[in-house]
Amino acid sequence: MLAAEETYKSLELSSGWFMENAWLIALIPAVAFVLIIAFGKKMPFKGAEFGLASIGASLVIATGAGIQWMQRTDSADHGGEAAQGMASGVRGALRAAEGAEAKPFIDPVVSQWVWWQNSGLEFGIGSHIDGLSILLLWLVAFISFLVQIFSLDYVRGDRRYTHFFAALTLFSSGMLVMVMASNMVQLILGWEIMGLCSFMLIGHWWEDSYNSHSALKAFFTVRVGDVGLLIGTAILFFGSNQWAVDNLGTNGFDIRAIQAWALSGDGSSWTLLMASVALFIAAIGKSGQFPFHTWLPDAMAGPTPVSSLLHSSTMVVAGVFLVARIYPVFWEGFNIANGGLSFIAIIGGITIIIAALLAFVQDDIKKVLAYSTVSQLGYMMLGLGTGAWLPAVFHVFTHAFFKCCLFLAAGSISHSGSHHSFDMKKDMGGLRKFMPITFGAWCVSTLALTGVIPFAGFWSKDEIIDNVGDAGYTFLFWVGLFGAALTAMYMTRATYLTFFGDPRGAAAGIHHDADHGYATEHRETLVTAATIDRELVTVGAAPKSLGAAAAHGDDHGDDHGDDHGDHGDHGDHGPHESGKLILIPIVILAVLALTSGFANPTPLAGDALGLNLGEGVELIKEYVEPRAEAVSLDIAAGHAGESVQLLEPGFVPNEAAGFVPNEAAGFVPAAGDKKAGCGRSTPEVGTVCYFPAVSHAVPTLSKILLSLGVVAIGYAAAIGFCIAFYKNKHPKLVGLTERSRIARGGYLFLKNKYYLDALYQNVFVYFVSRPLAKATYWFNQNVLDAAVDGVGAGGKRAGEFVYKNIDQKLVDGAVNASGTIASETGHGLQPIQSGRVNHYASLLFGAAAVGAIVLVILNVS
Amino acid sequence: METLTDQNFLLTLGTFLPLVGVLVMMLWPKDDESGVKSVGIATAGATLLVGIYTLTQFDYSQSEKLQFAVDAEWIEVIRSGYTIGLDGISLPLYFLSMCVTFLVMIYTWDNMPDAGNPKAFYILMLVLQTGMAGTFISQDLILFFVFFEVVLLPMYFMIGVWGGEDRQYASLKFFLYTMFGSAFMLVAFLALFFQTGGESFGFAYLIEMGAGVDRDVQIWIFAGFFIAFVVKLPGFPFHTWLPDAHTQAPTQGSVILAAILLKLGTYGFVRIAIPMLPEGAKAWAPAIAILAVIGIIYGALGCLAQTDMKRLIAFSSVAHMGYVMLGISTLTEFGINAALFGMVAHGLITGMLFFIAGSVKHRFHTLEISRLGGMLIQMPKMGWILGFASMASLGLPGLAGFWGEFPAILSAYQPGFGLNEVLFRVCMVIAAIGTVLAAAYLLWLYQRTAFGQPPAEFSGGAAHSLSAGAGEHAGDDHDSDIEDVRPTEWMAWTPFLIAIVVFGVYPQLMFKVMDPAVTQMVETLGKSLG
Amino acid sequence: MLAVNFLLLAAVLFCIGVFGVIARRNAVMVLMSIELILNAVNLNLVAFALMNNNQEGQVFALYVIAIAAAEVGVGLAMVLMIYRNRKSIALDELSEMKG
Repeated sequence: MLAAEETYKSLELSSGWFMENAWLIALIPAVAFVLIIAFGKKMPFKGAEFGLASIGASLVIATGAGIQWMQRTDSADHGGEAAQGMASGVRGALRAAEGAEAKPFIDPVVSQWVWWQNSGLEFGIGSHIDGLSILLLWLVAFISFLVQIFSLDYVRGDRRYTHFFAALTLFSSGMLVMVMASNMVQLILGWEIMGLCSFMLIGHWWEDSYNSHSALKAFFTVRVGDVGLLIGTAILFFGSNQWAVDNLGTNGFDIRAIQAWALSGDGSSWTLLMASVALFIAAIGKSGQFPFHTWLPDAMAGPTPVSSLLHSSTMVVAGVFLVARIYPVFWEGFNIANGGLSFIAIIGGITIIIAALLAFVQDDIKKVLAYSTVSQLGYMMLGLGTGAWLPAVFHVFTHAFFKCCLFLAAGSISHSGSHHSFDMKKDMGGLRKFMPITFGAWCVSTLALTGVIPFAGFWSKDEIIDNVGDAGYTFLFWVGLFGAALTAMYMTRATYLTFFGDPRGAAAGIHHDADHGYATEHRETLVTAATIDRELVTVGAAPKSLGAAAAHGDDHGDDHGDDHGDHGDHGDHGPHESGKLILIPIVILAVLALTSGFANPTPLAGDALGLNLGEGVELIKEYVEPRAEAVSLDIAAGHAGESVQLLEPGFVPNEAAGFVPNEAAGFVPAAGDKKAGCGRSTPEVGTVCYFPAVSHAVPTLSKILLSLGVVAIGYAAAIGFCIAFYKNKHPKLVGLTERSRIARGGYLFLKNKYYLDALYQNVFVYFVSRPLAKATYWFNQNVLDAAVDGVGAGGKRAGEFVYKNIDQKLVDGAVNASGTIASETGHGLQPIQSGRVNHYASLLFGAAAVGAIVLVILNVS
Repeated sequence: METLTDQNFLLTLGTFLPLVGVLVMMLWPKDDESGVKSVGIATAGATLLVGIYTLTQFDYSQSEKLQFAVDAEWIEVIRSGYTIGLDGISLPLYFLSMCVTFLVMIYTWDNMPDAGNPKAFYILMLVLQTGMAGTFISQDLILFFVFFEVVLLPMYFMIGVWGGEDRQYASLKFFLYTMFGSAFMLVAFLALFFQTGGESFGFAYLIEMGAGVDRDVQIWIFAGFFIAFVVKLPGFPFHTWLPDAHTQAPTQGSVILAAILLKLGTYGFVRIAIPMLPEGAKAWAPAIAILAVIGIIYGALGCLAQTDMKRLIAFSSVAHMGYVMLGISTLTEFGINAALFGMVAHGLITGMLFFIAGSVKHRFHTLEISRLGGMLIQMPKMGWILGFASMASLGLPGLAGFWGEFPAILSAYQPGFGLNEVLFRVCMVIAAIGTVLAAAYLLWLYQRTAFGQPPAEFSGGAAHSLSAGAGEHAGDDHDSDIEDVRPTEWMAWTPFLIAIVVFGVYPQLMFKVMDPAVTQMVETLGKSLG
Repeated sequence: MLAVNFLLLAAVLFCIGVFGVIARRNAVMVLMSIELILNAVNLNLVAFALMNNNQEGQVFALYVIAIAAAEVGVGLAMVLMIYRNRKSIALDELSEMKG
């Protein structure tokens, strides 16, 4: 202990108003939500101004907090020297070589208030500001802001314009609450508010039963996952609570306590494993991982801004965030440190491939993007599951920009190009001429998504794949690469169908209002061989079977349910470029899709390709990734108290000194050994770790070329296929699904989404909601209630029996009998009552004599 | 147990003030309906004011002690006293009963059930109020029993006279079922009384002495309590009176039944059965937990099978009270706090749902889910409120229902006093799955009643095609004969809605009151259970 | 010896009284027989009191005499009324009370 105390020195960290009051970031939109609901309809912009203003304010505070967090990090790295401004902070940060120079753990800025109490413990609510939460706070505020601007034009004239903005704003608030959560209960709060908003927004046009059905499905599927969240929280709480109370003075809901406890070696591995599995099930549900991914494509029934905000860039990464937030739990639970066969990585890997394959058979442009989102979320999970924390979080960051951009571009196409249709085959094609800006943004984002250097996706996705390979998961490494190739292919197909070729349907100015019929079929219909959507029949030709499409079950459009004539801004009904309010967010996002990768470029990759990016450019690594350094308990102990309470952080200057070797494991830590450090050995007595020492792959030129090559092959193959199939209608390819059994089988398998939906809806949901519920109710009515009624009826019958037989015959009989007996006796004794005195006297004296004799006899004997 | 006796007239006043109103109303002419209603509402309002004053006078820093306590002689022959008091456990329920009665009366102003005769109806509600409040302040078994039974009769008449078509059956079932439980309760009371030496019926004395009773005897006495309280709760398998009673009862009856009467059972567990018979409670806890989770799943499945909106809500009570039971069965501070919170939350939320069901019935004269639909178009505000209440009911964080459900599930992970952890953890998982089913039946209900188009039979022939619904306001073109939420309904509902949000956003308001009392109770329990 | 004489006398008197009550038809004679019975008892009381040398027996005898006087008064009054009504005091004719 003494030695330990000497090795630590306290460190002055700068703080700031924005970080300490970061809770405002979430509170302002929440207040705005109330204002929109209360006064929105009376305002000149129907409540949108509240939404925009609040998100704008949140964005400002989040930016301020981000700058202050950077200063705080720099101040720690420079031994307490306060950094001056953002610029110097960025430049001044020196990039440390891997493991060569230990940097201190930067304590998060936690402000919290008592929220509830139970069993004498007080639980807080507040903000927990560290690199991860700052990154996401800013990201969510930023994307929300852009999407709200986009929505101003996009949903103009909608029936529930005000409600739409209210729900969007509430969603932002919920997401921000979750991102800054200082404890698990607050995280659940934000998590569920997002779920509610997702429900409200998917079902925004609830008149159509397809939409409300999709909304229900989304809420319900996520809710199934939430069972895991509740259970996982319970396990973590009871596992860590005592430890947290003893060591940190907090409780088992506290995020910091959970992180530290998981790495303390105090919890049993079984507990950690169970908690990890349970929590990951929640993440599967929320982040659309296999096998709960089915709700996400259906969620595209919501308006496009909703798809772009909730169901691609922000809400669906909540599961990823959950894993990243309490990463130590998963690290220990799945034994990621030692290359354990991680549940997360396996699910992530499966999701990448199956979602990418599904994207090939979608005709709906939003559904292609939705499956792409699922696939990309699989990458993030894959990264987290194999220890690549940093690239995964970085991918959350970059993915948000380009995927949001793609969705907004799709929205722009539907708004101005294809007359509210999202069907690529029927209503698009050749749009690049009409919508050049949208096309440009789409291309940039597609290149980013597919990971082409130097677009954003390259820096993050490639790094994930690289780290997976580096951590020893060779198979998953190839899965990742294969997924990258598939991504390139399906995006090429989507791009081709949308922007190239000849205009079709609405894009060609053909109107078919009948096609806007609202599908009411919502039992999951299976596509059979007979109804195969024959590729070539539909593509390239004018739409023939429009009525059939309406019955298809998943045909829908963002037509706001209003009269089409109300749209003054596209009276000509032909494809044209969208307005400024729609284009500005798209362009901003496209620019970021191009540049955001440079927030954390891998220098070696840059060097290898001749791009000299200089030192200290890995901003995300510098500022977001928590440092895996032990912190002295004496300094770290904080309390869930009132108001702002800043913790005095400490750090261990020398990594090796901070640890005792885990003797049970039987190894001796050597300098630079990967086995030593937080998350790899038990922290020294009196110290705690908050983050495990994740490793970072060193990128090599060969790997970079390999992945780029794979993507290039994907592109080449897809372009070749598109030209051959869609343009030239190559006879060998056309009609393949009819000729070849295997091709048809595969196509049907994909079209039916691996039959998972059918399994869930027609088997599980149907079983629970119909036979099981009916059986239970039957049991209730015919067994339990019948028993009660039977008891009642039996009681009545028993009563009748008792009345007839016992009461009337026995009891009453006895009463009557006693009367009769008395009367008969009286009659019998009547003669004695002669009425004559002498008679009486003789009886009296006779009786007295008898009595006397009896007395005498008794006395004598 | 330490008691505070300042201002001890408050509880007596608050409990018996409604009876003064009853006297006034008895003298009031029957034909003057609005006069009768005004007197009733004024009495309930005055009672509520007393309640509010009590709230302000309550010493929250000592909420584990009995406050405003009175310990007067009552029936000296049987050692029963007029012992009353209020602590953190009973305060929320006591106050809730006052609020609910008052709001229900306001709602009745222009939602009088068809059978008419507001005079009798208001009198019954006031008597009911006395019974409910009295039950929560009683600190003596006989007093408790008397109030517990006083509640029964007005509710019997409310269902039997103002109820639906099948009211005779439902009211009799309700009455007999509860009496059946009460009989066991009385036997258990007497057994406990004599087993502890026959000195007193006071709670404090029995809690002190009850722990010393032989374990086997405790288990048998607890069985009596168990039946009495589970019937009232109602827990599986004694719940079958509930759907009938709720379905047949007038809206007011349903609301009071859901909001307060069901709580008498759980309150009995927390206040009487568990503290007085620690060993019995421990022995019975696994059984309670198992029945609780059966109730959760069973109630949810029952809901899914319903075609009647009100019956569905009634079944959801079975599921929700399952969470309360589960929390209680853990015998931990965590679980019991959750249960108490859940009681209040369920009272607010399910009361609200019954209000809506009543108003829907009032407008459409049916509650068949398949005949309803498009409520958001015809009555957008009502539809929103239904959505809000459904969300609260399925345990959305940020609304009150969550704080009863989540900690209750949580607490089952680690039950107290060496109870079987494996069993309780299995219960926890099942209870957590119950939240999914809750989402299923509530959202399904919402989808079928609120979304989509209003059915032709209620839309007055005007075709609501989608394009006709254009405009900024959804459903501005609803039919004139189906009106949206009325002013009296707003007055009655707004406090419920506000309370659901306030307790959901800042649960500390209630936890702070209850937690010290519960902690003290569990500590006492710990002394005898080790 | 002395007591035996008293007791014998009392027994004789008692028997005469009983015989009178049962056998005589005249109501006055019955009343007188009752007096005899009472006096037989009085005799016994006084005799035992003397024998046991205490006063209670004698006091009790005085009570009996007083009550006997009252009884005879009432009895004679009733006889007189019966005579007025029925012009006869023969008891075997008075059987209206027969059950």
